[in-house]
Amino acid sequence: MTQEVPSAGDPRPKFTKNDFVSGAEVRWCPGCGDYSVLGAMQQTLAKFDIPRENYVFVSGIGCSSRFPYYMNTYGFHTIHGRAPTIATGLRLVNPNLSIWVITGDGDALSIGGNHFIHAMRRNLNFNVLLVNNEIYGLTKGQYSPTSPAGKVTKSSPYGSIEHPINPLCLAIASEATFIARTLDSDPRHMSAIMERAMRHKGVSFVEVYQNCIIFNDKAHAPVTGRDTREDRMVYLEDGKPLVFGRAGDKKAIRLNGLYPDIVKFDPTTPQGLLVHNEADPRPNHAYLLTQLTYPDFPVPFGVLRCVEKPTYDDMMNQQIQDVIKKKGRGRLKDLLYTDDTWTVTP
Amino acid sequence: MAAKEKKLVPAVTVRFAGDSGDGMQLTGDQFTDTTAVMGNDFSTFPDFPAEIRAPAGTLPGVSSFQIQFSETPAFTPGDVADVLIAMNPAALKVNLRHIKKGGLMILNENAFDKDGLEKAAFGANPLTDGTLRDWQVVKLPLTDLTVNALQDHPLRASEKDRCKNFFALGLMFWLYDRNLEHTVEWISAKFAKKPEFVAANIAALKAGYNHADITELMPTRFEVRKSKLDPGTYRKVTGNEAAALGFIAAAELAGKTLFLGSYPITPASSILQDLSYRKEFGVRTFQAEDEIAAIGSAIGASFGGELGITSTSGPGLCLKSEALNLAVIAELPLVVIDVQRTGPSTGMPTKTEQTDLLQVMFGRNGESPVAVVAPQSPADCFDTAIEAVRLALKYMTPVVFLSDGYLANSAEPWKLPDVDKLPRISVQHPAQWKGPFTPYARDPKTLARPWAKPGTPGLEHRIGGLEKADITGTVSYDPENHEKMVNFRAEKIARIADDIPPLSVRGPAEGPLLVLGWGSTHGAIRAAVDEIHESGRAKVAQAHLTHLNPFPKNLGEVLSRYKTVLVPELNSGQLLMLLRHRFHEATRQSGTRLLGYNRVRGIPFYVSEVRQAIEARL
Repeated sequence: MTQEVPSAGDPRPKFTKNDFVSGAEVRWCPGCGDYSVLGAMQQTLAKFDIPRENYVFVSGIGCSSRFPYYMNTYGFHTIHGRAPTIATGLRLVNPNLSIWVITGDGDALSIGGNHFIHAMRRNLNFNVLLVNNEIYGLTKGQYSPTSPAGKVTKSSPYGSIEHPINPLCLAIASEATFIARTLDSDPRHMSAIMERAMRHKGVSFVEVYQNCIIFNDKAHAPVTGRDTREDRMVYLEDGKPLVFGRAGDKKAIRLNGLYPDIVKFDPTTPQGLLVHNEADPRPNHAYLLTQLTYPDFPVPFGVLRCVEKPTYDDMMNQQIQDVIKKKGRGRLKDLLYTDDTWTVTP
Repeated sequence: MAAKEKKLVPAVTVRFAGDSGDGMQLTGDQFTDTTAVMGNDFSTFPDFPAEIRAPAGTLPGVSSFQIQFSETPAFTPGDVADVLIAMNPAALKVNLRHIKKGGLMILNENAFDKDGLEKAAFGANPLTDGTLRDWQVVKLPLTDLTVNALQDHPLRASEKDRCKNFFALGLMFWLYDRNLEHTVEWISAKFAKKPEFVAANIAALKAGYNHADITELMPTRFEVRKSKLDPGTYRKVTGNEAAALGFIAAAELAGKTLFLGSYPITPASSILQDLSYRKEFGVRTFQAEDEIAAIGSAIGASFGGELGITSTSGPGLCLKSEALNLAVIAELPLVVIDVQRTGPSTGMPTKTEQTDLLQVMFGRNGESPVAVVAPQSPADCFDTAIEAVRLALKYMTPVVFLSDGYLANSAEPWKLPDVDKLPRISVQHPAQWKGPFTPYARDPKTLARPWAKPGTPGLEHRIGGLEKADITGTVSYDPENHEKMVNFRAEKIARIADDIPPLSVRGPAEGPLLVLGWGSTHGAIRAAVDEIHESGRAKVAQAHLTHLNPFPKNLGEVLSRYKTVLVPELNSGQLLMLLRHRFHEATRQSGTRLLGYNRVRGIPFYVSEVRQAIEARL
């Protein structure tokens, strides 16, 4: 979203986090990662000069989809998987709103998989925040489309025999123009990514690694845990090599033909290393990043892709304006009384 | 040039039939346009397969177009044709049941070769084996005649062959003494970029006309005089065209942007197509990825404060059920256009039925009332579309517009309304609120909730599919509140009955028999009742429902004034079931019997069968 950027003249923020708190009692489980996602969102909106009446939060079904009730903005808690469709209609009749779709791994990728890919490929100007905890929480613990193969859950007591969907990979396959990943345990990073998403014109897709403390606790810990994150996460910085690892044992990624290799990082000879380029117009680079997965590679966090493309909503508006310019604003009488009418006289 | 006898007839039914690739729909359309210009009343019925191009010459590939045109009112496309033009043996075979005994058949004998007969599964040649002894048969080598007429035209042989539909049209124009002018103009405009096609098609048209004129081919010519239509300006319109225009008009009358979310489906697609051309009215059409996205986007547009509508047919409506329920509980305006077709499942996609009534009434989880309206003729789709929008916006409710495949494609003359006299539809969005905004505070009269547009300061609120507390709209699991909200939603729809006209009856106000229909069967019922009146046998009352939910307030009282109420429907008795349930007590007291007359063949009623059904109850 780039319609409204803070005015440069007045450095003081117009809003605070509390301006976006609805006052409805938040009913997620104690310790749920959604609390920090909600807080980061409220924090993020306070960075903009957009008044709260111009925000709409649209959600589907699932734990995270209760989100709109907690935002002091306009909100629509819709039906399972369909939030992008409602956001689409809303976007197409009102270009001035800042719209967030809040969804989960089941909502977006299972029941709503079709809408997800079409929202991405159309490049509609709204933001999609996917809270990924790799489990069905609201229905109390069945495997989700992002659960790893072998995952034991209530509906897969002998281990899931499904291969998981990689959400970012699906987004880049649909040529989404903004793709990012963040995590619930790093509110500052979350807020920075949410801000970037809002400033992007076109569809912005953000995956949040989120912890379901009840049904899938520590699902992301092998990557994002305190002890492992330095080796298994890589924070993306545009124009820089993908450097990760503990001090004294820094590593980076180098391309070996089409495939990534992990190499020792030597800052004095960075030649040949894979350098992040979020604005690469081709999807190949972002796709490669989506394939950096645990346990073979460090998992990238940050903005994988940010490119400009015409948005569906702008193009629709433009077509309408062009036709009106050419034909003039339609008049009902002319529409009904066409050239092929005939008259019956008394 | 032989001067031929001209016979005056009040009404004629003509059927054009050929292979899907023969251009029969186009030929029929051209015949219809000229019929309109000549001042007849008319009603058309395109009858085509779902297959785009089934193998040429086969039975599944036959495409037909029927028109009744008349001096007297034409309420239907006619039961059976007086004249059939068949371009090949398959077209003949499929249409034998659609032509009157003793009627005139014009057959393209070039197509009756071994191959053509085999494809149509004729054991022997029907032109010679006596099969057609009950009809007046005119066989002529349409293909050869056309190709000969175009000898000097610079087209390939196959292109010349494709002009034979215009040759046939020329024959028909001669037979009914029509002038060629309108079609000549149409051809000139249509093929403007290909002058050689303009010349060839016009030459074929004229050759057909002249061939009939100079040979002794046809026994007689017919004259159908101008119809005594009400004075006014008319145009030809199909149901889907009229619906598209009606929704544009409704949006203009309400001062709203029209947003259509739709997924292509037969026989509703042309509404999406028509509206996608109307960008000069600011119409936004969104061809969604599926039926659910189509209705979801329409709900999003309505949430945004504009007029969201979605169009589909039965199978699509099944997919929309959950989202339709979201609009019910969110109490947002929405129109769902259901152009019914045969079911269950894919059924017969291009064939008509009235089998979705109970689905739209009850096919959702929970207590989920929606308003339902049904147009009764192609032109009536315009008025009924406006009515659907009026109710949706005034009562903040989804409204289902129940058209069907027959209305969708059938055409009739439409007396155009005086645009300046169409009533405005008033819509109010709150700009501010006393105290905290209460999204479920209701208008005391209509029970509609306020329609606050996102972007309005101070009215930020959250709605959704979870049950909401009365007035405040917060999420509520309170048992008493749920019951209250269920009752509010029902009462809101019920109150629409105060806002719609009472059911009017044609014919006697009480007596032995009332024929009560809904939707597209109006024409056949009306024609049947009129025939019975004219025969002097009895006076039968007729009434037709536009509003199916809620019913007009006086319906129970009307029913109870008759000994028998016959309900003809193209389903197994769906309205009948609603009436028997709803008016059980009223009709028990009056001794009224509610009976159905039901057919489900995928075709509209024949006037003759409705007439027989009525007469059987007299």
